[in-house]
Amino acid sequence: MSGALEGFRICDFTGQLAGAGATRWLASVGAEVIRIEDPVREGRWDILRGGEPFKDERRGIDLGGAFNNHNAGKFGITLNLRSDKAKHILRDLVRVSDAVTENFAAGVLDRLGFGYEALRELKPDIVYVSNCGFGHEGPYAKFKTWGPIVQAVSGLTFTSALPNQPPAGWGYSYMDHTGGYYMAMAILLALIHRQQTGEGQWVDLACTESALSLHGPTLLDWTVNGRPSRQEVQPSSNRSQWPKMAPHGIYPAAGDDEWIAISVRDDDDWAATGDVINAPWCDHERFATTELRLQHEDELDGLMALWTETGDKFERAAALQTSGVPASAVQKPQERVDQDPRTEAFGLWPTVDHTAMGEVRIDGQAAHFSETDWAFERGGPCLGEHTDQVLTELLGISQTEVDQLRTEGVV
Amino acid sequence: MTALTGVRVLELANERISYAGKLMAGMGADVILIEPPGGDPSRDYPPHLDDEPGEDRSLYWWHYHTSKRGIVLDLDSEAGAATFRALVGTADMVIESEPTWRLDNLGLDYADLKQIKPDLIHVAMTPYGRDDPTSDLPVTDLTLLAGGGPVWNCGYDDHSLPPVRGQGNQGYHTGCHFVVMSALTAFLHRTVSGVGQFIDVSMHAAANITTEAGSYSWLVAERTVQRQTGRHASARPSGETQSLCADGRYANTGVPPRFPREFASLHRWLTELGLAERLPEAVFLEMGANWEGPFDLSLIGNDDTITAIFGAGREALQLIASTVSAYDFFIGCQTAGLSVGAVYAPEEAFEDPHFKARGYQVEVEHEDLGRTFRYPGAPYALRGSPWKIYRRAPKLGEHTNEILAEL
Repeated sequence: MSGALEGFRICDFTGQLAGAGATRWLASVGAEVIRIEDPVREGRWDILRGGEPFKDERRGIDLGGAFNNHNAGKFGITLNLRSDKAKHILRDLVRVSDAVTENFAAGVLDRLGFGYEALRELKPDIVYVSNCGFGHEGPYAKFKTWGPIVQAVSGLTFTSALPNQPPAGWGYSYMDHTGGYYMAMAILLALIHRQQTGEGQWVDLACTESALSLHGPTLLDWTVNGRPSRQEVQPSSNRSQWPKMAPHGIYPAAGDDEWIAISVRDDDDWAATGDVINAPWCDHERFATTELRLQHEDELDGLMALWTETGDKFERAAALQTSGVPASAVQKPQERVDQDPRTEAFGLWPTVDHTAMGEVRIDGQAAHFSETDWAFERGGPCLGEHTDQVLTELLGISQTEVDQLRTEGVV
Repeated sequence: MTALTGVRVLELANERISYAGKLMAGMGADVILIEPPGGDPSRDYPPHLDDEPGEDRSLYWWHYHTSKRGIVLDLDSEAGAATFRALVGTADMVIESEPTWRLDNLGLDYADLKQIKPDLIHVAMTPYGRDDPTSDLPVTDLTLLAGGGPVWNCGYDDHSLPPVRGQGNQGYHTGCHFVVMSALTAFLHRTVSGVGQFIDVSMHAAANITTEAGSYSWLVAERTVQRQTGRHASARPSGETQSLCADGRYANTGVPPRFPREFASLHRWLTELGLAERLPEAVFLEMGANWEGPFDLSLIGNDDTITAIFGAGREALQLIASTVSAYDFFIGCQTAGLSVGAVYAPEEAFEDPHFKARGYQVEVEHEDLGRTFRYPGAPYALRGSPWKIYRRAPKLGEHTNEILAEL
């Protein structure tokens, strides 16, 4: 099976996860993604290159586990863009690429002489997609962000909390992942537009705007009803917002740091829950309807917890779910990666053969295509792993010349 | 002309998949929302206009169905199914989140539909995948995020408190992001090959691969991340990054200073504020400012000097935060070149001058109410094919006649 995007070539400056995640998708569906890194700083602009986690405790610039995860399937070359010769090579690469992608701070690529206008002169129908926290225009265009900063400024951190506690936020860069998804969509949309019209374009993606779009009804409650989401005491975000449900939360289960999530959507669910719990309080009139359960939600949550903490999270969740009530164990990494038949059946954790790390498992993709399914053909590139191959085979530079460029510090 | 002009998408109404249709409609696709008689249940979800429930008053519905046209079809009836087949003949994509067995039972699954439209792209989003019978067990956003990994990562240093699920149906959104990426990928492929296909999206899988180190720390090194207050879950405890500011609001300092120029500007700011003498660790900031060569972040916790320098960066930020408002801290840090953000509530972000200046707020006319409302705008700015809200969400069956007439 060949990839959906076979024949599309991406000249890729992305890194970290917000950018690398986008071209990771494209590489997995068959695009030829050529990632460019700086040989002088050994690609360390990407904080993940050479960073944790490490397989077998082996450390090194080519041994970063996160980097491998986010860059699997891509080719990697080095270009020292301080040199004119490297810039010349980059120009040649842009001329044979469909898209140029980057997630530098605003203005970095422009200062290197490869802003959109310059790219367009090299290839009139080029698609250029930039992804940075606040976008390339506007009062905060020069501000710098990481995933947690994007999440803070866009309201996502605030809306993840328990009452009378500071924000819990997201214990990972949800917006690096998701910013990458929006960037992938933007690249695909711009390429579709080009296929239909022959025109390229620049996409100015601001990760904070992608993030703000994930709060739709909350924002309309503000603009239409004037209701702010900031309240004197924030409600638990484990409770249901829209529609209202109760009980709806994460409750303790038997064992150390074991938890179960339960959503009782309506009165039928509550009756089924009562059958599973089988305790007199379930039949009490003050819990008879959703409205009443919402009124007595604190008390109800307390009673639910007394029941949940006496049982195994998987057994209790299965009993509820097969009775028609949404419930799930809060799964730990090992449980969902190694012991969950649903992720295994989906083929969610493929193994790649990384040149320096050997065989390593990585994240797969969450969709299967009947005709052109995804695949990761290789691990993330070692620093400059494909420089010779790309320069000779794609750009027609002789091996002798490439060797000379390496001696001169150009690649 | 925008990217998806001329692309027709049939969306079978379901709260789980509505965001995918909205994203494509915003790029110009003709998204036809197909509802059963009586309408989709999420038509009644709060919040409501003026807090009064009633027909076409759900702001939840308003948000998730902008730019779509609406038609009522009873797929369980022969006539409804026949109309659906006729619509498929005019469509490029079908997106749905039906029970795994339902379309097959109706003779309307991909195998049937591709007979009508050979290059159709059919995307099915289910909890655990189309081939998994447990996909028909009930789920909510909460239970998907609990089982899929995100919840384990989120919460507080105090593990007697439960882990936390962030609000806003982010589990549904994440599934929808994969629906749209897949649909666009298949469509781009079709522009070259002419070939359509069936795509099977698992919401559980989408959550699982959207947990950053949660998954890969286990995959690579069999280490389990532990949740921490307001920052990344980690296999090894890390320093706090959330600072309480003088106005009682919070700011996030994310990745702490790690370059000499960052330590230098932090030290300068601390001195300007007259706070340097209150921080004994300030000497380490100066060491950081004068550091030669790259900092090896992986040595934090192993190398005493590097650990002390990074620790001093965090301490200095906490100290400054305690003397200014969250907004001033955010702006002050960013002006000093430090990556810091105020922890805004969503509406505070929406009203921030930056997003206003970028045109993020858009006006949508509700001609039926004689009013115009501000909506969240483009998730990305495609300069050559701009995102747009073409119309308010459809009333039940609002475009049934119009769409049937087109057939």
